[in-house]
Amino acid sequence: MSVSAPEVAPKARSGFRWDLKTVGPLLALALLVLLGITLNENFLSYNNITNVLARSSFIGIIAIGATFVITAGGLDLSVGSMAAVIAGVMIMVMNWLIPVMGVGWGVILAGMAAGILLGGVAGVGNGLMITRGRIEAFIVTLGTMGIFRSLVTFLADGGTLSLNFQVADVYRPVYYDGLLGIPYPILVFALVAIGGEIVMRRTSFGRHCAAIGSNEQVARYSSISVDNVRLITYILQGLLVAVAVLLYVPRLGSASSTTGVLWELEAIAAVIIGGTTLKGGYGRVWGTVVGVVILGLIGNILNLQSFISPYLNGAFQGVIIILAVLLQRPRRAS
Amino acid sequence: MVEAQARTAQPILSANRISKSFGEIPVLFSIDFDVAPGEVHAIIGENGAGKSTLIKILSGIEQPTSGSIAYDGQTVVLPPDGKAEAMGIVLIHQELNLAEHLTVADSIFLGRELKRGPFLDVGEMRRQAAATMETLHVHVDPDARISSLSVADKQMVEIAKAISRDARVLIMDEPTAVLSVGETQTLFEQIRRLTARGVAVVFISHKLDEIMELANRVTVLRDGQLIATVGTEALTPDSIAQMMVGRELSNLYPPKHEPDVDAPVLLSVRNLSTKSVSNISFDLRKGEILGFAGLIGSGRTAVAEAVVGLTHKTGGDITLNGASVDFSRVAQSVHAGVAYMTKDRKGKGLLLNMGLRDNLTLLTLEKHMRMGFIDTASEDRALDRAVRRFDIRARDAAVAVGRLSGGNQQKLMLGKTMESEPDIIIMDEPTRGIDVGTKQQIYHIIAALAAEGKAVIVISSELQEVIGLSHRVVVMRTGRIAGVLEGAEITEEEIMRYAAGIKQSGNDERISA
Repeated sequence: MSVSAPEVAPKARSGFRWDLKTVGPLLALALLVLLGITLNENFLSYNNITNVLARSSFIGIIAIGATFVITAGGLDLSVGSMAAVIAGVMIMVMNWLIPVMGVGWGVILAGMAAGILLGGVAGVGNGLMITRGRIEAFIVTLGTMGIFRSLVTFLADGGTLSLNFQVADVYRPVYYDGLLGIPYPILVFALVAIGGEIVMRRTSFGRHCAAIGSNEQVARYSSISVDNVRLITYILQGLLVAVAVLLYVPRLGSASSTTGVLWELEAIAAVIIGGTTLKGGYGRVWGTVVGVVILGLIGNILNLQSFISPYLNGAFQGVIIILAVLLQRPRRAS
Repeated sequence: MVEAQARTAQPILSANRISKSFGEIPVLFSIDFDVAPGEVHAIIGENGAGKSTLIKILSGIEQPTSGSIAYDGQTVVLPPDGKAEAMGIVLIHQELNLAEHLTVADSIFLGRELKRGPFLDVGEMRRQAAATMETLHVHVDPDARISSLSVADKQMVEIAKAISRDARVLIMDEPTAVLSVGETQTLFEQIRRLTARGVAVVFISHKLDEIMELANRVTVLRDGQLIATVGTEALTPDSIAQMMVGRELSNLYPPKHEPDVDAPVLLSVRNLSTKSVSNISFDLRKGEILGFAGLIGSGRTAVAEAVVGLTHKTGGDITLNGASVDFSRVAQSVHAGVAYMTKDRKGKGLLLNMGLRDNLTLLTLEKHMRMGFIDTASEDRALDRAVRRFDIRARDAAVAVGRLSGGNQQKLMLGKTMESEPDIIIMDEPTRGIDVGTKQQIYHIIAALAAEGKAVIVISSELQEVIGLSHRVVVMRTGRIAGVLEGAEITEEEIMRYAAGIKQSGNDERISA
């Protein structure tokens, strides 16, 4: 701790630290890509890559919200169920509005607005109970996870909510089409990721998230409105869940009680693999993106080869998560 | 008699030519150190001198790069992770290592619980804990939760824990840093009882007078080198200080420049009350350094926190530059030019896992925003300025603040507070747990601030500091102002009389002296 001899006046610099913590996730990603190439020549094909990324983009967008929540020392377990209930409500709203507005983009935009609104409200609910109600984030979101899951089951009456076929046909391109050959989900994911990285690195909100997650008392004594910043992270999370759902609904055109199951854990896993600390205080959005892609590639590679059963997907993901945390563990204080 | 014994006894624990490097960086150079049963051996040195590293090696937490440790005359390799406790070497950390939710008895037996069959023998542990506390003459309920105890009592629990483990060597890292004068005396009585029973005590302190009072021998470290190991009787506080810093410390406190008689009152507090203090009234003038003295828990911090809006006040008025203010959030007081620097730099002042820059600008981030985004170049310039102005030393700006020495952390926190360009600065224990050289720097900074026309409140438990710096001194006792001293009245004896409740002045008598 007390090292005196080399303590000289520091040069202020915003340098980039090239250590295992930084390159770890990138290294893992590179290894996976190499493995993929050796196992199957189609791995790097346009179709395969866009397919993996497009499917990962839902979890990815949600995980970017989770990066802020976790960096600020919180946790949101409700995102998977929230996604299901938002998808359900969107479909119901669109189906209801067809007699009024007819089949067309008007209905879809109304459905999207309802989805975004619901996501925001759900985030406000989680956030207020955690900040004003002073209840542990784990408990609150465990509770809302159950509430949302049961709501979607109730709305679907135990079955499946299906979007009107004609509307679904209009809506389909949002998932399946793209710009310059890049599917829309990937584009949105990229935009959210770039925006998220900028917000985390270059705005006071991002800095305050890290400060609160690092030490709430220090943040309070440094004139940061701890409760407001926390609340905003949950609202942001809710809104991003809604954005993910906007892209998800055109894929299947339905929602049921099994929609979005375990998404919360995949999102948290991606955040952790990316190098954000689970107890808060340090977060990086680009790491989360890498984490999401790693998780997506594991499943993909297992499907492209024939030696190992793809049913072991979960096991490999689990190993990667544990390895990631093991490698990023701070070295013992000297 | 104990002292004579110490002189002749064989050392129980000794370090022979210990060197230690962390990576490329050498921290200790060939240190010889020993302690005998019944002896108190103090280690003293500036921050970064290598004291903490030395005691970590003595207690097995760190292994020396070269050199050897002998215990009971046998060369040994001490087991790491505190397992040396089983051998009788116990380290009591500066930040006490107690689990807040356990009871006193649980804590004392933590890790070696007494059992009857497969079950905990709660009754027996409670009885033995009570007996141990009894031998220490400490009155703490074995069933009390650690979180409900004062810092001093927690320390006593740590000592009880050490005794119940039959400690033969007790190593204490700055045990008195968070204690008041009275509590320190109680601690010293305990230490004397322990040494009388033949326990060897190694003791780090920054307080020279304490070392003179308690220690038999003193080892002075500077920059990782052993400067001297001397019997206390051959020393004066001045000669120790000189050995520590390697230069004369003639003017620890800068000369006092009295504020102008007609200097305007910047801050005026009337009948302030909170949950823990009541009826607090005082004035603070431009250019003035106002000391707040009193025992720990007398409410000095509570007053400061209520003034800046960190805690809710239940009554009273605060006037700033003639206008009535009522801060409910820290941001408001910062904008109004009132800054509070906490005494708890690790818990409330600095983000230990972050670098220097993020910490420096945390309070004033809006100053470094350009079009909604943080301008890191502007932050870097601020850091360069602060590093020069406050002489902050670190390997590089990216190093986590938790790895800096206490003195550099304190200077960084001062820099952070001053970034808000306050007119009124309330500093809570501005030199707690830092070395003499850095203290001197901070004293001069405080005096310079006052000379510039700022108003400074210094809350301190070190009487010398309050006396050396302040133009006037408010003495608090049990949540109230016991007296206000100025000029020649500011003496240790007079402050203690008020702090201990021997003397009390009328409430309104001298408010706006």
